[in-house]
Amino acid sequence: MADDLAVEVSDLVKTYWPRSNRAVHAVNHLSLTVATGSVTALLGPNGAGKTTTIEICEGFRRPDAGRVRVLGLDPGRDASVLRPRVGVMLQSGGVYPGARAGEMLAVLAAHHRNPLDVAALLERVGMSEVARVPYRRLSGGQRQRLSLAMALVGRPELVFLDEPTAGLDVQARRATWELVEELRASGVTVVLTTHAMDEAERLADHVVIVDHGKVLAAGSPAELTSGGAKGELRFRAPAGLDIDRLALALPNGTIAKEGPPGRYVVHGDIDPHLLAAVTAWCASNGVMAEDLQVEQRSLEDVFVELTGSALRP
Amino acid sequence: MTDAGVPIGKQTGKPTGAAEPDAGVRQPLDLRPAPGAASRWSMLRAQTMIELKLTLRRGESVLLTLAIPVGLLLFFTAVDVLPTDGGRSVDFLVPGVLALAVMSTAFTGQAIATGFERSYGVLKRLGASPLPRSILLAGKTLAVVAVEIIQVAVVVAVGFALGWHPHGWPLWTGLLLLVATVAFCGLGLLMAGTLRAEATLAAANGVYLLLLLVGGVIVPLSRLPGWLEAVGRALPTAAASDGLRAVLQDGSGLPAGDLAVLCAWAVGSLVLASRTFKWE
Repeated sequence: MADDLAVEVSDLVKTYWPRSNRAVHAVNHLSLTVATGSVTALLGPNGAGKTTTIEICEGFRRPDAGRVRVLGLDPGRDASVLRPRVGVMLQSGGVYPGARAGEMLAVLAAHHRNPLDVAALLERVGMSEVARVPYRRLSGGQRQRLSLAMALVGRPELVFLDEPTAGLDVQARRATWELVEELRASGVTVVLTTHAMDEAERLADHVVIVDHGKVLAAGSPAELTSGGAKGELRFRAPAGLDIDRLALALPNGTIAKEGPPGRYVVHGDIDPHLLAAVTAWCASNGVMAEDLQVEQRSLEDVFVELTGSALRP
Repeated sequence: MTDAGVPIGKQTGKPTGAAEPDAGVRQPLDLRPAPGAASRWSMLRAQTMIELKLTLRRGESVLLTLAIPVGLLLFFTAVDVLPTDGGRSVDFLVPGVLALAVMSTAFTGQAIATGFERSYGVLKRLGASPLPRSILLAGKTLAVVAVEIIQVAVVVAVGFALGWHPHGWPLWTGLLLLVATVAFCGLGLLMAGTLRAEATLAAANGVYLLLLLVGGVIVPLSRLPGWLEAVGRALPTAAASDGLRAVLQDGSGLPAGDLAVLCAWAVGSLVLASRTFKWE
């Protein structure tokens, strides 16, 4: 495997309750790569398969099929070699309910050879004041920040953060973003899951949009939103137009798609010719195109287009 | 890899503007990778200490491990209602209470704590750290042994204050306590690793009460109905309390039968627990 890939997942399959009639295809032939030193976001709604995917990478679950390499190793077979090198933030829990925040962090620090200073780390995540408060009395946001600190205390080279900002207030969310940026600057590879578009757009070098256990699209935020020369043209018209014929009428390299029924998107070099070609085709087919607009896409638009549904915030 | 003075990432806290190279500036958090597992010894020490601390901090576990055994000892020594088969009640009670103490810590307390750790994802999270499972379990065992040492010291001290006269060879007592600890740990982990935490809580307390009554702790097995006595004799609590009583009260040699029962429970429960334990 190439040295510049921290994580390599190919054709991953994981099905829960496979033999029952309510089998859940949590991950369904999913492939992705994570470049060493990058921040990669798995973006998708709840139940998309994000957590299952990273829990397989973390060695918690075994894949039914497919190949997974983390730092070039097999997360199941080579778990004992990987554990010191990989930091893990679970979506919830993971702390002795009676332990104080500082105690829990100190226990994990004691598992590592060169841990971060516990007091300094607590301060960095804004937990100094509650270092002596038992976990069960911490607020949701404080638990999240402790969990994040637990992923970092061993000075890992790769961290998996499962929804690191879920339930955080705006301030804590920004602080977490800054910490992730600092991790990248320090050479740590970060894989995080999120269902927040703005988070993925702001933090990630590479975004993998996941739904129904599959990758819908992957690329940098700029690539995904087709920043630069490429743009898109959208219009509304009666559902079920023959878009293959529309595409034939357009310049080469242009793609026409119907997203949700009645909503059409044309990708390509948007220029006056293209605009004219689209309207001419509509006119010759007796179609009234409404709401015709040229725009830059946000990541949210990309998602809506890919899944036909809006992502819950 | 701990090089002072190399500026890393951003400064934490206040923006210092044109920061001078090193002089007196607090080192920002150095997040650069420096992975590695700690020595097994330091992991074991950390795990044992946290387990011990958490156990002693839980009020209900202190009640279970100290207040109930010592309370029973004091109460039934003062109120002479137990059919102790002719012996002095304190000589009868101390061995039974020692067995109860071991059971409460190694089985009941252990099962409940581990069950909740499993349901709170603690075992899962620790499974992602460099901590080997063997050290996780060793830490739990050492914490149990440490609590038992406190229990035995308190029970023995209270016993002496009540005029207890032990007999027998202390080594046999120690051996019985040790094997009983292993057997009860195995049973506790078996329960915690398979049932839901709430079910473990209920079952562990129920079994505790049941074994207290039919395990020869305060009521001699010979006073139970025949069929119940037969059941009781096969249980680890009865083997522990009877074996301890044989040594401490009657001054007999190693009670091989009771030890064999305890060994069977120890091996059986640990084998079953290791096959069925679910870490999350």
